[in-house]
Amino acid sequence: MVFPGTWSDRDCAHAVLDVLQEPVRYIDHREQTVDDVDLVILPGGFSYGDYLRCGAIARFAPVMEAVADFAHRGGLVLGICNGFQILQEARLLPGALLRNASCEFRCEWVHLRVEQSNSAFTLDCRPGQVLRIPISHGEGNFFADADTLDALERNGQVVFRYCAVDARVTAESNPNGSLGNIAGISNAHGNVVGMMPHPERACEPLLGGDDGLILFRSAIRALTRVAV
Amino acid sequence: MAAVIDRSALAAVALDEAEYRAIVRAIGRDPNDLEIGMFGAMWSEHCAYKTSRALLRQLPTEGPHVLQGPGENAGAVDIGDGLAVVFKIESHNHPSAIEPYQGAATGVGGILRDVFAMGARPIAILDALRFGPLDSGRGRHLFQGVVAGIGGYGNCFGCPTVGGEVYFDDGYADNPLVNAMCVGVVRHDRLRRARADRAGDVVLLVGADTGRDGIHGATFASVEMDDRSSERRPAVQVGNPFLEKLLCEACLRLNELDGVTAIQDLGAAGLTSSASELAHRGRRGIDIDVDRVSRREQGMSAYDVMLSESQERMLIVVRPDAEASAREVFDHFELHADRIGTITGTGRMRVREQGALVADLPLKALVDGVPLRTPAAAFAEKRPAPVMPAVEEPEAVLLDLIASPNLRSRRPIYRTYDHQVQDNTVTGPGFDAALLRVPGTNKGVAMTTDGNSRYVALDPYEGTKAAVAEAARNIVCTGARPIAVTNCLNFGNPERPLIFGQLQESVRGLADACRALELPVVSGNVSLYNETSERNIPPSPVIGMVGLLDDLSLRCPAGFQEDGDIVFLLGETHEELAGSEYLRLLGAPLEGRPPIVSFEAERRLHAAMLDSIGKGVLRCAHDVSDGGLLIALAESALYGGRGLRCPGIAGPVSREAAYFGESQGRIVVSVAPRRVPELQKLMSKHHVPLQAIGVVGGEDLQVGSDIRISLETLRQAWETPF
Repeated sequence: MVFPGTWSDRDCAHAVLDVLQEPVRYIDHREQTVDDVDLVILPGGFSYGDYLRCGAIARFAPVMEAVADFAHRGGLVLGICNGFQILQEARLLPGALLRNASCEFRCEWVHLRVEQSNSAFTLDCRPGQVLRIPISHGEGNFFADADTLDALERNGQVVFRYCAVDARVTAESNPNGSLGNIAGISNAHGNVVGMMPHPERACEPLLGGDDGLILFRSAIRALTRVAV
Repeated sequence: MAAVIDRSALAAVALDEAEYRAIVRAIGRDPNDLEIGMFGAMWSEHCAYKTSRALLRQLPTEGPHVLQGPGENAGAVDIGDGLAVVFKIESHNHPSAIEPYQGAATGVGGILRDVFAMGARPIAILDALRFGPLDSGRGRHLFQGVVAGIGGYGNCFGCPTVGGEVYFDDGYADNPLVNAMCVGVVRHDRLRRARADRAGDVVLLVGADTGRDGIHGATFASVEMDDRSSERRPAVQVGNPFLEKLLCEACLRLNELDGVTAIQDLGAAGLTSSASELAHRGRRGIDIDVDRVSRREQGMSAYDVMLSESQERMLIVVRPDAEASAREVFDHFELHADRIGTITGTGRMRVREQGALVADLPLKALVDGVPLRTPAAAFAEKRPAPVMPAVEEPEAVLLDLIASPNLRSRRPIYRTYDHQVQDNTVTGPGFDAALLRVPGTNKGVAMTTDGNSRYVALDPYEGTKAAVAEAARNIVCTGARPIAVTNCLNFGNPERPLIFGQLQESVRGLADACRALELPVVSGNVSLYNETSERNIPPSPVIGMVGLLDDLSLRCPAGFQEDGDIVFLLGETHEELAGSEYLRLLGAPLEGRPPIVSFEAERRLHAAMLDSIGKGVLRCAHDVSDGGLLIALAESALYGGRGLRCPGIAGPVSREAAYFGESQGRIVVSVAPRRVPELQKLMSKHHVPLQAIGVVGGEDLQVGSDIRISLETLRQAWETPF
């Protein structure tokens, strides 16, 4: 999905097409339907410059209605970074992403603990598994009111938490002040996942690691399973 | 047209009376106000290089791989496979001194446009920054603003910031330096020149509307600053990286179309400069109708429109039959395009407003006619190096040094920059040079910026040589072969003989070094008048360099890799302490002769390095530079998270020089024990001296009985926050 100001579109395409050899097409923000695809990725970037609240304009793009329909019908949707922010603005995922507690942009490798393997993007993971994937954002401080947070935890919708290399969830391993160290969540059905870290940047050892591949591979397996 | 000499108009654009007379001679009459403004901008130091141009002719600009040398928006060098790297460095010092966030942000924006105007996709940004001490409120304000501005623009645009440098020195307290470099990649057949060579072509102005921001920015950058400079804040432009991203994608798509003649960014001196330069390069003329230019506000005069430096604007020249397809591209990106003029065969730039001709100037005079200045040069007297007491506690000195603002970890800065977007960053910021994958290949392009102004202050010739040599050494440490240079010459007020003397000697050093190391200079920028209330910055040439690694699997890291590996120092250590960070730490006066580069030794070292890395002999390599050998060893230990046991560093020099001297032409390497004989053979073949330093391993950095510091202690000192 390409909004004006999106820039991880080509990185996501590189991961899916060049690394995993799966076909990719770019979806323009003005398109009316996404019915021809199996999986929609809302990549990172600064949609419309994010001069307003991140994602607040992008969610009005014509294509977002189609994405909502697609998601409600069980289609797989992954929102990465700005894509996560847009999914929240579009109410496809709960909560909000505030300014980082440090008040600074942060680009660095972090460790994530996989909290559940029921979502379409963590099927191939085992709960407790630690992935090393970079973040790159200024507004990734996950926030939700107490009831929402409680529901997310209870329903197993917390998919990733920032953690130390040994999987301990600590204050030091939280790069942005997120409640509960939450780095990624899913909707109740597990077909829509939003996350601040960038798995598409972690798909080749040459670039520092390939732990991100497991997310895309999980989604491919989820799709195969549905098809069968 | 009015024929009145307006002296205040002249002063406002910083032209002198001799220049005014030259204008009258060139156009055969008195210029009107608008024309004076246009000449003032085009003949400013910033645009015309009137003080430096004669010196710059010494630089080698050609080479077998050079596809485009200086004179275009950026230089271009062949990297094989039908691809080229396009790159340039440019200063944004004056705006950043007044409004650090926007000054730095628009500096990044400007250099990105230079690169995508050439048809290349920007793949990396580097920034060379110089500030005064952080213990003053203003120092911190400038530092934080500039760093935030660079991140704010690059992160939003989506080009990774992968390297650069940050130095602190009292001499930059009033006048920080912000030099931004951008590297892009393009197919040869899509490399684009900003040359409008067909009369009848249509001129489109695309992107932002034109406002009153930045009027006289080029002029402002060409005069010294004073207490009232903050009143120039309206001369600083405001950036919109989102719009720039759209412009970039549109230009890259446009670049694939037939019928697009030229793409040119609007930078300093706005429409006046970009329109005149692209028409003059094509030996044509240009007519502009200012009424066609979309504006941000009402009541703007032709003068405002022609001299506005509003950001995120491009000029696109297309064949009339290609205008419709160009407009389709702009529409796709929801960009606004005005048809503001046409290319003519007149050799003149004619500006119309409300149907009336308001400026009519010969392009040759406007673009190329500035009388060159040759100021008087004088040279500072050389003084002997200060004599300092012997170091008594080397361990404490090492810890103080590695925690000092110039040597501590830059991570708190670069982690606020997206250094990974585009999925090409193999080695990011924090090391000798950044290494990026050339998209779609297994090749790497290495890049770095360098310049030690303390050496240049001591000896502008030797100091500039050292900057080139160090940049090249940084590149070879990754395994890449240096291929070309860009440069940004930041100096004080050249009307002062000592300053012009510095510039003259510095350019001579740059030319000699580039010639000796066979590195063509393909682009660059000169920033003079870095003077505030009669205080001049230290002479600060900054070298940007790019190298090529044919096979990324051969890249060499900077940190120790395996316990048991043997560490060697390549190159020779001399009794050279003047200009060192060590002496700065001790508060010694900046005097003496800086470390001297031997071109012969440097060439042999680089050849030996590339030979060794190419054969896979080296496990790691790290340049010895600021702070000296112990700092280099400490950094390799910290990068790799492994200690070092060194029985002691013997040598013909004093302990101070051995530990903290900054002799040039030295690299720390590590090798697996079984490959030591191979390394020795290679070094002997290339006549490079090598000295065994120690063995990788343990939790400490240990040097004889002088130093034993745990990596943890070292890391804490190194990670001292800014």
